[in-house]
Amino acid sequence: MTGLQDRLTPAQIEEFGRELDALRQRIVDDLGQEDVDYIHTVIKTQRGLEVAGRALLFAGFFPPAWLAGVGALSVAKILDNMEIGHNVMHGQYDWTRDPALSSQRFEWDTVAPAENWRHSHNYIHHTYTNIVDKDRDVGYGILRMDTAQKWHPYYLGNPVYATLLALFFQWGVMLHDLEVENVVKGERSWADNVPVLKKIVRKASRQVGKDYVLFPLLTGPLAPLTFLGNATANLTRNLWAFAIIFCGHFPADVESFTEEETASESRGQWYLRQILGSANISGGPLFHIMSGNLSHQIEHHLFPDIPARRYPQIAGEVRAICEKYGLPYHTGPLRKQLWSVAKKIVKLALPQTSPSPTTVEPDRQLRAA
Amino acid sequence: MTALIPRRVRSLASLAEALLTPHGMDRYLELVDPMLVRREIRGLVTAVRKQTPDSVTLTVRPSRAWPGFTAGQYVRLQVEIDGVRRTRCYSPCGSQYDGELEFTVKEQGLVSGHLNRAIGVGSVVNLSTPDGSFTLPATRPDRVLLIAGGSGITPVLAMARTLVDEKHPGEIVFVQYSNGPADALYRTELAELAARHPGLRVVHAHTHTEGGELRGFFTPEHLARVAPWFRDAEAYVCGPKPLMDAVREQLGERVHTEEFTPPALTFDTANAEGQVRFKRSGRECANSGKPLLEQAEEAGLSPEHGCRMGICFSCTQLKTAGRVRNAKTGEISGEEDEEIQLCISVPVGDVEIDA
Ligand code: FES
Repeated sequence: MTGLQDRLTPAQIEEFGRELDALRQRIVDDLGQEDVDYIHTVIKTQRGLEVAGRALLFAGFFPPAWLAGVGALSVAKILDNMEIGHNVMHGQYDWTRDPALSSQRFEWDTVAPAENWRHSHNYIHHTYTNIVDKDRDVGYGILRMDTAQKWHPYYLGNPVYATLLALFFQWGVMLHDLEVENVVKGERSWADNVPVLKKIVRKASRQVGKDYVLFPLLTGPLAPLTFLGNATANLTRNLWAFAIIFCGHFPADVESFTEEETASESRGQWYLRQILGSANISGGPLFHIMSGNLSHQIEHHLFPDIPARRYPQIAGEVRAICEKYGLPYHTGPLRKQLWSVAKKIVKLALPQTSPSPTTVEPDRQLRAA
Repeated sequence: MTALIPRRVRSLASLAEALLTPHGMDRYLELVDPMLVRREIRGLVTAVRKQTPDSVTLTVRPSRAWPGFTAGQYVRLQVEIDGVRRTRCYSPCGSQYDGELEFTVKEQGLVSGHLNRAIGVGSVVNLSTPDGSFTLPATRPDRVLLIAGGSGITPVLAMARTLVDEKHPGEIVFVQYSNGPADALYRTELAELAARHPGLRVVHAHTHTEGGELRGFFTPEHLARVAPWFRDAEAYVCGPKPLMDAVREQLGERVHTEEFTPPALTFDTANAEGQVRFKRSGRECANSGKPLLEQAEEAGLSPEHGCRMGICFSCTQLKTAGRVRNAKTGEISGEEDEEIQLCISVPVGDVEIDA
């Protein structure tokens, strides 16, 4: 396999970067009322489903009402976290100058506080995408998701940890911000975590308060049913978010990188890494909306601050650019990607002999050094 | 304000907030009716009329959070144009005792143009809390000179109407400068106001045509003719800068003007360091120590702006890296991805702006 920086010649990589910049600029220049109308429609739908879901649980003694309530609430939470929260907090709507759509002010319906997440996700993950040891989303500090991560008997539990992470995903994302593995390694002190922790406690207690105390209490004798309904909605959202996010970065053919080969990248090289490090999920328009358009993970990683509804529009063009430069464009239906991720989780529980795809070629690195 | 809300309602409201976390009540209420929000101030346009071909007068009913204003103050008014919220400052020109706000807006520039062309009855705008110290003192002066030029009439008219509502016992002279009768905003209203209040005298000064009581630009004789007592009066002036300067020359300290200018901003252009990068356009230049708006313009960009003095927020852009000093407050800020006002932000070292 070729080293990351040898995939294209210097002239090619520059031209490649320019083409993507131009594509971005075209979209940015075109942003306007339609984008705002779109996100307002999604928000209205989300709020409507949420209110309806909560209301239906007041009739939770009637099983179809309970089921419908949980369904509506699950979809509301998914929309809130994915097509609205994730995207708004990426600054995709900051240009509207609407405080309700401001990346700095938005808060989402999960226990992870927006502010912590903006640091760990927008900054760390999106800057150091798939650089082993820098991108903390590789394995979330819990899992072994790449052969470049040294095997340890602890990783025998990989499938178990992955299952737990999927079930309790919102809590995983919340704790992720504490960077426990860096504290263990001595690269971060507990004192650094005090402000992070404060926000966590505040946010999590509000979320728990509303889902598991207030709403159940309000339904009086139905409290256990409401509690269960809210827990189910949270669980559904967790499983869905986990699936979409893991399919975006961990199918078999997605590549990872080393710090050395990504040092002092040009704009074009950064784009290149985003493409090689992400994978799309194919599907219909509704599926894309429900995944927050993270089914277009490649486009999202190239242009994280462009409104996500634009990703499907530009996907064809991005793919054509990839073809032109002989680059892979990883995509596939959800079940294929999920299967690939599951296999990887299980395989990497064991010490690995054959490397997973990585552009790192040790010999070349040595020669270059 | 909160004291007026009975306790039970308040605790109900906080229960609702807890149930509607993390978005809060307003984000749900506004979907029912944008005017229901509790924390932001919205304004519903209830009447639109044209006084002159190039201006529009809007009557706006503010939502619950509106704290009221003092005659002479201004408000930041926000409208959505092509999906983007744009802001401009306007002085309400009604009496401070009116429940509704009145704005008269000359058709010039992006926001004012939009207000003239696209706003109709039923439109909703966003309002800020009122601001500005161009106001009458709590103990009203006996003799008041109100001088307005062009669209500068708005804060001064608010004062006149407020004084009339208060049945001000002293003398008020209102001098309005305009090109000619056709441009004199609020001509009829002023006449009615004078008819209602014996202490108020309205004088029209026309700079370009005959027909007013006074002719030409402001001169000291104008004052001597219409308000011989002017040396004992407090004068409130709003209009073009030459007019305000000319009046100030006559009356010195007794002149109060709409000071949109903050205390002189100081820029250290000699010791400026670092590079300024405008990310979207890919331009880069050495930091000259001047406000970023000027540096951007010197680099060939034309960022949107309004007041150029930190008031209107039309120049707000995202700073993606580096530190800036706020020339108004001296505050240094290095927050990541922060919105800053280009016209009053000076780079401290390397800075990257998303423009
Ligand atoms: S705040 Fe008005 S131009 Fe900057």
